[in-house]
Amino acid sequence: MKRAGFTTVWLPIALLLPQLMIIAIFFYWPAAWAVQSSFYLQDPFGFGSTFVGVENYTDLMTNTEYGKVARFTLIYTALVTFFSLSIALLLAVKADKVIKGAKSYRTLLMWVYAIAPPVAGFLGLMFFDQRNGPMTEMFQTLGWDFRLGADYNSTATAMVIVAVWKQIPVNFIFFLSGLQSIPKSVREAALIDNRSASGRFWDVTFPLLAPTAFFLLIINITYALFDTFGIIDTLVRSEPGNNPVTLVYKVFVDGFRGNDLGGSSAQSVILMVLVLLLTVFQFRLIERRIHYT
Amino acid sequence: MTDITETHVTSPAPSRSTKRIRWSQVFDHTILCTGAFFMLFPVLLVLMTTSFEDADIVRNGLQFGFEGQMLENFDAAMFEAAGFSKAITGTRMLMNSLILGFGFAIGKIVISMMAAYAIVYFRLRFATFAFWIIFTTLLLPLEVRILPSYEAIQSLGLANTYSGLIIPLIASATGTFFFRQFFRSIPEELVEAARIDGAGPIKFFIDILVPLSRTMIAAIFIIMFVYGWNQYLWPTLITTDEGMFTLVRGIKQIVQVLSQTGAMIPEYGKALALSLIAMIPPVLIVIFFQSWFVKGLTESDK
Amino acid sequence: MAQVTLDRVRKTYPNGFEAVQPCSVKIPDGELVVLVGPSGCGKSTLLRMIAGLEDITDGALSIGTDVVNDKDPADRNIAMVFQNYALYPHMSVAKNMGYGLKNRGASKAEIDAKVQEAARILNLGDYLDRRPSQLSGGQRQRVAMGRAIVRDPELFLFDEPLSNLDAKLRNQMRIEIRALQQRLGVTSVYVTHDQVEAMTMADRIIVLNAGRVEQIGTPTEIYEYPASTFVAGFMGAPPMNLLTAQIFEGALKLNEDTVLPITAPAGMGHKVLVGLRPEDVRLGGDGSVLFNVEIVEELGANRLLHGKLGGQDFSLSVGKDEAARTGVQPITLPVARVHFFDPDRGTRI
Ligand SMILES: Nc1ncnc2c1ncn2[C@@H]1O[C@H](COP(=O)(O)OP(=O)(O)O)[C@@H](O)[C@H]1O
Ligand SMILES: [Mg+2]
Repeated sequence: MKRAGFTTVWLPIALLLPQLMIIAIFFYWPAAWAVQSSFYLQDPFGFGSTFVGVENYTDLMTNTEYGKVARFTLIYTALVTFFSLSIALLLAVKADKVIKGAKSYRTLLMWVYAIAPPVAGFLGLMFFDQRNGPMTEMFQTLGWDFRLGADYNSTATAMVIVAVWKQIPVNFIFFLSGLQSIPKSVREAALIDNRSASGRFWDVTFPLLAPTAFFLLIINITYALFDTFGIIDTLVRSEPGNNPVTLVYKVFVDGFRGNDLGGSSAQSVILMVLVLLLTVFQFRLIERRIHYT
Repeated sequence: MTDITETHVTSPAPSRSTKRIRWSQVFDHTILCTGAFFMLFPVLLVLMTTSFEDADIVRNGLQFGFEGQMLENFDAAMFEAAGFSKAITGTRMLMNSLILGFGFAIGKIVISMMAAYAIVYFRLRFATFAFWIIFTTLLLPLEVRILPSYEAIQSLGLANTYSGLIIPLIASATGTFFFRQFFRSIPEELVEAARIDGAGPIKFFIDILVPLSRTMIAAIFIIMFVYGWNQYLWPTLITTDEGMFTLVRGIKQIVQVLSQTGAMIPEYGKALALSLIAMIPPVLIVIFFQSWFVKGLTESDK
Repeated sequence: MAQVTLDRVRKTYPNGFEAVQPCSVKIPDGELVVLVGPSGCGKSTLLRMIAGLEDITDGALSIGTDVVNDKDPADRNIAMVFQNYALYPHMSVAKNMGYGLKNRGASKAEIDAKVQEAARILNLGDYLDRRPSQLSGGQRQRVAMGRAIVRDPELFLFDEPLSNLDAKLRNQMRIEIRALQQRLGVTSVYVTHDQVEAMTMADRIIVLNAGRVEQIGTPTEIYEYPASTFVAGFMGAPPMNLLTAQIFEGALKLNEDTVLPITAPAGMGHKVLVGLRPEDVRLGGDGSVLFNVEIVEELGANRLLHGKLGGQDFSLSVGKDEAARTGVQPITLPVARVHFFDPDRGTRI
C-alpha cells in the first residue's frame, strides 16, 4: 500500500470484485469441493455418496499402482529438471560469452518457449514413431529395441526428452538474464583475481546465479509435475494403458475416465499439499534473496 | 570476461594467446550452434515433411527434402472440414485459438490491473487480506482442481462457450501479482504529485498509471497470449462441440484420428501442417516482441 | 497568499511511532520558512501533513483562515516540489506543468498562457516538448518548480528539492528559488537537512529534532542564540565547540591545567557546557589559554585548526593570511560571545 493512498472506499471494492468473484467460483469453491469429496465414496452410477473418512487416502497409500505412478513422477521430475536446467545453463553461459551473434543465438534458443506442450508431444510422436521415427531408428542402431507406447522405458525416455526440449528455452532466458544482470565491475574484479575461466565461473558467476537457479528449480518442478500434461497425453495417445504417467495425469484419468471421484479428489488434495510445500519453500527463498540484495 | 587480451598485454607471445582465444570461441559457437540446431531441426523437419504425399509419410515417416505437396497440405489443414462431425476447419480452429488467446490475455490484464490498483493505491482495511486471498491461488494450478472446476462450469451452463473456456483460466493471481510488483516500484511521489494536481483515483489510473505501465502491459500481454493459446487440458474438457475446438485442442483430435487403423491412408501431411499452424502465431509473437517478452518473464518473479 | 497556522499539530503513525510531537507555529504571509533537522527527525512528515498527504493525528492546521485538516490535497491550493521531482515520465514538460490546471478545468488557452509564462521565468522555453527523461537534473528541477508556480498557489511546499543536484547547481538553484519566492511573494515551507540552505534561504527557521521543535527564529537568532546544544551543534559549520567545564569558585575549569578566563554564569551547580563558535576564537594571546593543534585543515578561504583544549576536542577557524601550524599555541576566547548550556538538559542558560 502506498503511504498516501486514495481514501475512497467503494472504488477499490468495485475494482477488486471481478477478480474476487472469479476466484471464489473457480478457485475456492472447487478447492473446497475437492477436499470435501476426498472424504466420500461416490456411487459408480451417480446415486449419492457415502462418507468414508480418510479411506480414500489410506487406499491410495496402499495402492501399488499409485505408488508406481508416484515413483515415476519423482524420477521423471528429477530427470526433466536436471537436464533442462544444466543444458540451459551451459547454453546461457556460452550465449553470454560470445560477442558475435549473441542476439541471434538468443532468438534461436528461446522461440520453442511458444510451442504448446501437446504440439511438442505431437512432434515427439513423429520422431519416436514405432515404425519409422528418426529417433527410434537411432536408438535401434544403438542396439535398443525402442518401442514408444509399447515399452515402459521407451515411453518414459521419449517423455523426458520432449519435456526437456520444451523447457530448455525458459531456463535459458532466465539464466541469460541472470548472467547479464551481474555487474560488469564484479566480472572485472574476478578477471583480475582469478586467472582460470572455470575458476571464475564456479567462484563468482555461479554463486551469483544461485538465486535464479533456485527459483528455476521450483519452476521446473512445477512444470514437470503439471505443465507436461499435454506432452504425456499426446505421447500415450490419450490411452495410457501400461505406459508411465504422472500423478496429475492419474488425477485426470481416475476422475474423468474411472469415475472415481473420491479417489481422484484425494489425489488432488495430495497434489495441493505438494504445491503448497513447494510454494512455502519458494517464499523462503525469495525472502532470503530480498535480504541479500 | 569480454576481452581477455587486455589483461594479457604483457604476455610475450601475443599471437599464441589470440590463437588460444579463437579456439575457445570456436568451441562456444559450436555448443551454441548445436543447441540451436536441436531446437530448430525438429520443426524444420516437420515443415519439410508437409511437402510430401501422405503415402510417403506413412511409409517413411518424417522426410528430409522438399516435394510439391506443401501448399495442398496447408490448404487442406486450413479449409478442409475435419473431425467426426465435419464441423471444424483449420480456419475455425485458428479463430477459436485467437479468441482464447486474446480473450484470456485481455481479460487477465484488465482484471488483474484493476485488482492490483485497488490493493496498492488505496487505503483499504482489507487490502492485505484481499491480496492474500488472491495470492493463494498461485498455489493451486488448474490441473489439481480440474474436476470441480469442470463441475462448476457445467452447473453454470458454460460448457462449450467462450466464457467457460476463458474465465476459469483467469482465476489465478499471476497477473495481479505482476502488476502489484510493478506498481510498488513506481515512486510514491508520483501519486502524491497527482493528488496535489487534483487527479482523483480514476483520473490517476487513466492519465498516469496506464500510460506508465504500457511496456509492462505489452510484456504481460505476450506472455498471457501464449499461455492462453497453448492451453490444452481445460479446452479438452470444456469443449466437446467440435466447432469450439482450438488448434491446440485439435492436436488431440489429430492424434486420435491418426491412431485409428482404418482403410484410408491417414492424412499425415494435413496433420503436420495443422501442428505447424498451431505453433506459428505464438512463435512469431515471441520472436518479434522478444525484448518485451523477456523483460516481462524475468521481471515478473521479483 | 495566506498565512499558515499549526496549532498543536501531532503525528502518530499507524504503527504507533510518534513522528511529530505537538507543534505550534505561525507562518506569516509571504514568508519562506525552512524546516531543518537531521534525517528522520520528522520534517517530511510535518510538511506532508500540511500538504494533506498524511493525516493529522491531532491539532489544527489552517491555511489562510480555514482549518484544512480534512481537505483533500487538491483542495488546499498548495503546490509541492518533491526531492525526486515526481515528474510524470510519459508527459512532455508542457503537459507536466499544465496537468494540475487541466484537472481544475482551466481552458486550453489559459493553460497555454500560464505554461508559457512559467517556462519564460524558468528558462524552459526550448524544452516544452521534451520528456523528463530527456532533461538534465537541473532542468528537471526547474520543471518541478514550473509545475508548482503555474497554478498560483497560496502555499509552496518544498521537500529537499535540491538534494539530487550537484553542489554547484545546488548553490545556483538555491539563489533562484529564493529570488523567485520573493518575487512571487508566496508563503513557502521548505524542508532541508542542509543547514547552509536553511541559513541562506530562510526568513525564519524551524529546527526539528526527533519530532520535536527545538527552536524557531530568524537565521541570525538561531546562529546568535541557539536555544539548545542540539541547535548549536547543528546550525553553523564548522559546528560550535561544546566544552564541559567544572565551576570552581566562580571560575571555569576544563581540567587541572586549564582554566577559562570567563566568568561562570550565576546560579549554576558545579558543571556547565561552554559553547564557543570556531570563528569567534582568535589565535594568539597572553598564554593563559593554550590550544594543542593537531591537524590543520586547508579550506582555501580559511583554515580550520583541530586539536585539544584542556583535554577536550576543540576547533577554531583562522583567515587564510594567518600563520597556522600544529603544536601548542596561545588563543584568545571571545568573552562577549560565549554560550552557556545546561549540561543535563542541553538548554541555553
Ligand atoms: N508511514 C510511516 N510509518 C511509520 N513510521 C514512519 C512512516 N513514515 C515515516 N516514518 C518515520 O517517521 C520518522 C520521520 O520521518 P520523515 O518525516 O520522513 O523524516 P525526515 O525528517 O527525514 O523527512 C522517521 O523515523 C521514519 O522512520
Ligand atoms: Mg524527508
